[in-house]
Amino acid sequence: MLPIDTNTLTRASFCARGPLSDLLLTALDGPLTPGQALLTDFETAVAAAIDCSGFVMVDDDLQLTLFVLYGLHYGGVVPGDEKWEWHPSTIAARILIENALEAQLRHSVAQPPLPAPTREQAIEFVAHRSVYTLKEADPHSWAIPRLTGRAKAALIEIQADEYGGGDVERMHSVLFASTMRGLGLDDRYAAYVDSVPAITLASFNTMSMFGLNRRLRGALVGHLAAFEMTSAIPSRLYADGFQRLGFESDVTRYFDEHVEADAVHEQIAGRDLAGSLAEDDPALLGDIMFGASVCLTMDGLVADHMLGRWKDDLSSLRFPAVGVAHLSAVAAP
Amino acid sequence: MSPADVQPATITACPDGPLLVRGDFELRSEDNAVIPRTRRTLALCRCGASAIKPFCDGTHKLVGFTTGPPDQT
Repeated sequence: MLPIDTNTLTRASFCARGPLSDLLLTALDGPLTPGQALLTDFETAVAAAIDCSGFVMVDDDLQLTLFVLYGLHYGGVVPGDEKWEWHPSTIAARILIENALEAQLRHSVAQPPLPAPTREQAIEFVAHRSVYTLKEADPHSWAIPRLTGRAKAALIEIQADEYGGGDVERMHSVLFASTMRGLGLDDRYAAYVDSVPAITLASFNTMSMFGLNRRLRGALVGHLAAFEMTSAIPSRLYADGFQRLGFESDVTRYFDEHVEADAVHEQIAGRDLAGSLAEDDPALLGDIMFGASVCLTMDGLVADHMLGRWKDDLSSLRFPAVGVAHLSAVAAP
Repeated sequence: MSPADVQPATITACPDGPLLVRGDFELRSEDNAVIPRTRRTLALCRCGASAIKPFCDGTHKLVGFTTGPPDQT
């Protein structure tokens, strides 16, 4: 069998593009011997070239040199002794060029602002949510006696799960209270009503209005369907966010539960509840869609309020929450 | 669940979504361990992208999962 030199079979040669790449390619082409002199001043030459180069990103000599130096790690780019891979002179030159490149990339590449809520903002979010969530599912339960047949059965199936299947410890409002306590918040109902703006109250009032008016049962069903159909994935993001901020399962459990629960509910709410109601009472279709749109719009407005305030480094609450010292909120008008 | 609650298991295929499982059944993992059941109705992942398999987490909506025309019966 003929010996096969895969390097010579698969590698084409290329040319230097300036003094640095010429020096490097010439040195790599020869043997690496103790006292190897060719690259002695390489680091100095690279540093000088970086100083003179206006734009490292488009400097042919520096980019080809960096390409060759990275090539030592890949293999198969240039011929030569593989010991060059970790030779101090090649490593030193590589670090110089890559530092200059990285600095230029960081300076010249636009990045969107990172989503990095503070612990205070995460806690404010929960304070807003508490107005509804400590009564989670209650507004929608008003509709149970106002529906019939398939839609009623579907709503019961969802609501039974919302109320923990009869287990108070798994009741969603009880899980949320645990999240509040884990954050150092007061879990009594209405503890943050003074702090929340009108739009947060309006979001909850809208649910109550739909729930307490039989004629708006279509809107209530649409509201619940839209909520459930858009809740599982955000719940995962909330759980991950609170975990990143260092909170434990006593805080995240509510959101973890809603990943799994709302993935079930969205199917029942969209198909068996809203779908059945629209099929059985087509006159309600308009209100079902109205309620769904209202849900998304109102929750979007609450989110816009929070994000807008936080973007300006302001609290989204009207007052620093009473009794919660770590809510260093800036009072807004 | 009380014995009176026990119904035969049903599996409902949701278009472009999970399988909903209701009734009397036992869920087991790949190593045959019983997966504790915490709710009456479960949604089992059908798209493969859930982060909480075997359960659905709604990710099918993000990955463009489709189930095609209704199953022929």
